[in-house]
Amino acid sequence: MTPVVEVRGLRKVYPLEGSAGVVALNAVDLTIAPGEFVAVMGPSGSGKSTFMHIVGLLDRPTAGTYLFAGDDVSHLSSDALADLRSRALGFVFQAYNLLPRTTALENVELPMIYAGVPAAVRRPAAMGALDAVGLSKFAEHQPNQLSGGQQQRVAIARSIVNQPNLILADEPTGALDTASSEDVMALLRRLNEERGMTVMLVTHEPDVAAHAKRLVTFRDGNIVGDVATKERVLA
Amino acid sequence: MISFVQTIRLALTALIRNRSRSLLTMLGVVIGVAAVIITVAIGTGAKTSVADQINGLGSNLIVVIPGSVQTTGAKTGTGGASTLTAADGMAIATLPGVAAVSPVVSVRTQLVANGQNWQTTVTGVATSYTYVRTWPLAQGRFFTQAETDDTSKVAVLGQTVVQQLFPDGSNPVGQSMLVKGVPFTIIGTLSPKGQSGSGQDQDDTVLIPYTSALERLSGSTTVGSLMVSAADASKITSAQNEITALLEQRHRIVAGQPDDFAVRNLADIAQAASSTASILALLLASVAAVSLLVGGIGIMNIMLVSVTERTREIGLRVALGARAASILRQFLIEAVVLSTGGGAIGVVLGIVGAAAIAYFAHWATSVSVGAVLLALAFSAAVGVFFGYWPARKAAALDPISALRFE
Repeated sequence: MTPVVEVRGLRKVYPLEGSAGVVALNAVDLTIAPGEFVAVMGPSGSGKSTFMHIVGLLDRPTAGTYLFAGDDVSHLSSDALADLRSRALGFVFQAYNLLPRTTALENVELPMIYAGVPAAVRRPAAMGALDAVGLSKFAEHQPNQLSGGQQQRVAIARSIVNQPNLILADEPTGALDTASSEDVMALLRRLNEERGMTVMLVTHEPDVAAHAKRLVTFRDGNIVGDVATKERVLA
Repeated sequence: MISFVQTIRLALTALIRNRSRSLLTMLGVVIGVAAVIITVAIGTGAKTSVADQINGLGSNLIVVIPGSVQTTGAKTGTGGASTLTAADGMAIATLPGVAAVSPVVSVRTQLVANGQNWQTTVTGVATSYTYVRTWPLAQGRFFTQAETDDTSKVAVLGQTVVQQLFPDGSNPVGQSMLVKGVPFTIIGTLSPKGQSGSGQDQDDTVLIPYTSALERLSGSTTVGSLMVSAADASKITSAQNEITALLEQRHRIVAGQPDDFAVRNLADIAQAASSTASILALLLASVAAVSLLVGGIGIMNIMLVSVTERTREIGLRVALGARAASILRQFLIEAVVLSTGGGAIGVVLGIVGAAAIAYFAHWATSVSVGAVLLALAFSAAVGVFFGYWPARKAAALDPISALRFE
């Protein structure tokens, strides 16, 4: 099966005046197959966020190749990257990033609007996504009428509504209490297991990372660990 | 990729989400456009009423008046000479550039009728006078050429005279009236004409055949002036030249000698008056345009604040697949909707305001379609111009730092 993400020798250097620049990623090789649930961990400055932004097509590598679902995306125009993001990627952020004064349903519809999905299709699809996260009753609620955990679940519904190849979750539980965190992680795991969605999760909490099946550890711009964790969780 | 219609919807949704701020932002343009519409309406109204007043004097009117004469060293003023005759008028009437001529013989005298009396100016004119002055009748008829030839004792009354002599509202037509002791029959009344440009009551007059005026009232053979109607507006100047040449020949004026008559037209006066009105209108409109500009700067200000405030939202939209161009378009559309929406409200307010001024201050106002379209187009342009920079800023945001923006 074609890997969802395949990076080889991925390097990212932030230019800095008067020096060689800051190396955020040194030479990273990683392959993520469809259906995987990968947690990326590492201390601040380890390069895990930079890695996620490049994988999420929000940033470009300085060197190396990136095949997304088999296609080389290293040299695509920013418009082509934007179109690819709208179709093939789903984002979940630490701060939810829902549009204020906008209903849950309309928030979930937003990625479909940018993907050019016709209005007649959007509404039922958004309702389906809200149903998948158990919030169909809250479709007409605005973010300020929802709890943090509910807001993050709306954000997850938004990330899956276009049936993306990959869901990128950046510290999805960072702003949540323990119970809500468990809810959100259980939801992501369920989407992975029942719907076969590929998830890449960036976190610095081992408890959260433990929900994933595979744990990739970054340090100083390199991958220093890549282990399967599923067994540990079950144990 | 997102369609243009969807981008418009996103922009409208964003504006509706911030309803009160959107309305306040529009306010600057609303006031600007309303001010432009109202001031242009007042300016246009003033110009129209000046033009109406001047047209009211007569159609393509040229006035021939006697010139100055010099007797034993003392010069009389213009009009002092008694040189113009009705025959001069008839000769002028044959000129190609002339449509009609009427001599004018004015005599100030006392009228008695219906048990009332009134002093007024009795004016002897030709049958063409109502045409020359574009002055229709209210009642009855005007005198005929035959009555003119016969020096008939018939009279047509101005409205002021009608009110003075017939305050009881009885019909003057057919009644008898003494003019300087001579009995005249009233055959018609003139429609009201109002004040002249110099403030005279033009309705305070009685018209009789000029032949009757010369023979029965003034006892003279010369007329006070000749009112000439040029064949059309473009021929006024050539008609003036023809008249001058003809009269110089008839009066045997040697080249180099001053004329004993003067030929005047009203175009110069009309032009001066309407250019004054134009300058006034331009001045008002430019003050209003400044307020429209200030409204535009208000939009830019709010849009810049909005871009900063919505940084995270912009980052999110980009992450969800918005192209830089669609972000730019959305913010530009928001600015244009604010400015044209403000413009549309301003147009409505301006039309209402102009009507209110016409109603309460009794000023002539005239809202032109051109001014409305111009104001709308200008307000849209204001939106594009002042919305572009904030929209560019929004589109140029780096999505990664935008998403992290606190």
